[in-house]
Amino acid sequence: MQASNNLWRFRGVTPTAMLAFVYLYLPIVVLVVLSFNANRIATLWTGFSFDWYLKVMDNDNILRATKNSLIIACGATVLATSFATMAALAMAGKRFRGQAFINAMLGLPLLVPEIVTAVASLLFFLALGLDLGLMTVLIAHTVFCIPFAYLPIRARLEGLDPRLAEAAADLYAGPFATFRRVTLPLILPGVLSGAMLAFIVSLDDFVITFFVAGAGATTLPVYIFGLIRMGITPEVNAVSALMLLVSIAFVALSYWMGQRKS
Amino acid sequence: MSLDPHRRWRRRLLLAPTTLTLLLFMLLPMLLMAWMSVLAPDTYGGVRWHEWSVDAYVQFLYERDLDDSLTLNSDYLQIFGRSFLLAGFATVVTLLIGFPTALYIALKEEKTRQRLILLISIPFWTNLLVRTYAWMLLLRNGGLIDSSLSALGLSQGALDVLYTPTAVAIGFVYSFLPFMVLPIYTSLEKMDWRLVEAAFDLGANRWQALRRVILPLAMPGIVAGCLLVFIPAIGSYYIPELLGGGKSLMIGNLIQNQFGTARNWPFGAALSFMLLALVLLAMWVYTRRFQRPPGE
Repeated sequence: MQASNNLWRFRGVTPTAMLAFVYLYLPIVVLVVLSFNANRIATLWTGFSFDWYLKVMDNDNILRATKNSLIIACGATVLATSFATMAALAMAGKRFRGQAFINAMLGLPLLVPEIVTAVASLLFFLALGLDLGLMTVLIAHTVFCIPFAYLPIRARLEGLDPRLAEAAADLYAGPFATFRRVTLPLILPGVLSGAMLAFIVSLDDFVITFFVAGAGATTLPVYIFGLIRMGITPEVNAVSALMLLVSIAFVALSYWMGQRKS
Repeated sequence: MSLDPHRRWRRRLLLAPTTLTLLLFMLLPMLLMAWMSVLAPDTYGGVRWHEWSVDAYVQFLYERDLDDSLTLNSDYLQIFGRSFLLAGFATVVTLLIGFPTALYIALKEEKTRQRLILLISIPFWTNLLVRTYAWMLLLRNGGLIDSSLSALGLSQGALDVLYTPTAVAIGFVYSFLPFMVLPIYTSLEKMDWRLVEAAFDLGANRWQALRRVILPLAMPGIVAGCLLVFIPAIGSYYIPELLGGGKSLMIGNLIQNQFGTARNWPFGAALSFMLLALVLLAMWVYTRRFQRPPGE
C-alpha cells in the first residue's frame, strides 16, 4: 500500500539494497561454487567434482575437530539454556533489589569485545592452574551462550499471562508442577529458539576458543583458521562451505519453526 | 510488598547458576585481568605475583632505552589509531549501506519483509571466519575480482588489494553489515508511518520527510547498529590477521601477540583493559548524546 504511492520511493534506496544483498551473498556463492571445482588451483574452474568433500570426510583431524565442536556446542547449549531458563523465570517475577545488576551482568558477554573476554578467561584459567582443554572451552562457551539463550526466553515470558500460573497454583499445583505443566509448554518456543542460538553461537565461535582451547581441544573453526593461515586450498574451500551450509540450514530451520509456532 | 521467605529463596535458587557462572567466569576474570596489568611480567610468560609495576602502561607510550631513559614511542598509539580509523570507517560505510537497505525492507509488504529479513539474518548467524576466508578467495591476485577486472580491461597488472587496510575495511563492512541493518529495521518497523504521511500532507518533500521525521525516529536503531558494528570491529582479531598484511595490524593482533611470541602477559592484559575502557567510553558517550531530547 505504501509502495504504491510515488512519494514513498526514496531515490537510491532500491539500488543500495540490491547492492547490499549482492555484497552479502556473492562471497558465499563463490566459496560454495569453488568448493566443487575439480582444479587443484582453487580459482580456475575446470569441472565439477566432489573430491574435496570426500577428502574432508577422510581427514582425521577435521573429524576430531568436528567432534570436539559438537561436544562443546551440545554441552554449552544444555547448560546455558537451563541456566537461562531458570534466570528468566526469576527475572520475570516481581521486581527485586539487584535485578538491574543481574541484567547488566547478562549484557556483559554481548558488550565486551570478544578478544577482551578471551584474554580475561585465559588469564583466569592459567592463574587457577587449570589445564587448557575441553573443560575450559566448555566453561567459556557456557558464559557467552547464556545471554543468547536468555533473551528469547525472557521475551517469551514477557508475553505470558501471569494469571495462568496463578490459576494452576489455585488448583493446588506445586511450583514444579506449575512449571512443568503450564509455564514450560507455553515458553517452549522461546526455550527452543534460545537453545538454537546458543548452539550456533558456540559452534561458530573462534576467538575465545582460540585462546582457551589449548592443544587437545581444537574445534572446527580453530582448525579451519590454522588451515587458512597455511594457504588457500580446495580442502579449505570444502570444509568452509560445509560449515556455512550447516549454519544456513540451522538458521532456516529455526526460522521455519518460528513461523509454524506463531 | 515483600515476598514470603519461601518464595524469595526460590528466586535466589533460580538465579544462582546464571549469577554464579557470570560472576565467577566473566566478572572475576576481568578484575584479574585488570590486576595482572599492573604486575611485572615473568620471563617466559606469566606474571610475578608480588611485584607491582606500571611498566605495561608506560610501555604503551614510551620506549625504555639502554640507559633507562624513556623516549616517546608512537608505535602502539598508531595501532590504536588505525584500529579506530578502520572501525570508524566500517561503521560509517555500513550505516550508508545499511540504512537504505533497512528502509527498503521496511517499505515492503509484510510477507516480503520477513523473507528479506531472513536473507539479512542468515549471514548474521553464519561463521564469520569462513565468510572472511571467502573474501580471501575473491580479493587475492588471480581471484574472481582481479581476473574479471583485467578481463574487462579495467585494470593493469595485479589488483594487490589482499593484505592491505582496504581489504580489512571491505571485510569489516561485509561481516558487520547485518549488525547495522537489523536494529535499524527493528526501529523502522515499530515506527508510526502515519507521521511520515502527515509530513507529506504538510508539504514536506522526500528529503525533508527523511531528515526530519524518519531519521530522528530511527535514531535508537541507528545508535544500536553503530555500536554493534564498532565494538566487534575495533576488537577484531582474525579479520585483520587474514585480510590485512603486516601494515594493518590492529589492537586485537597486538593483544594476541602478547600471549604468543611476545610473551608479555601484563602488557596484553593492559592492552585488553584499555580496549575495554575505550569501548565502555564509546558506549557511554553514545547513550548520553542519544538520551538527550532531540533538538537540544
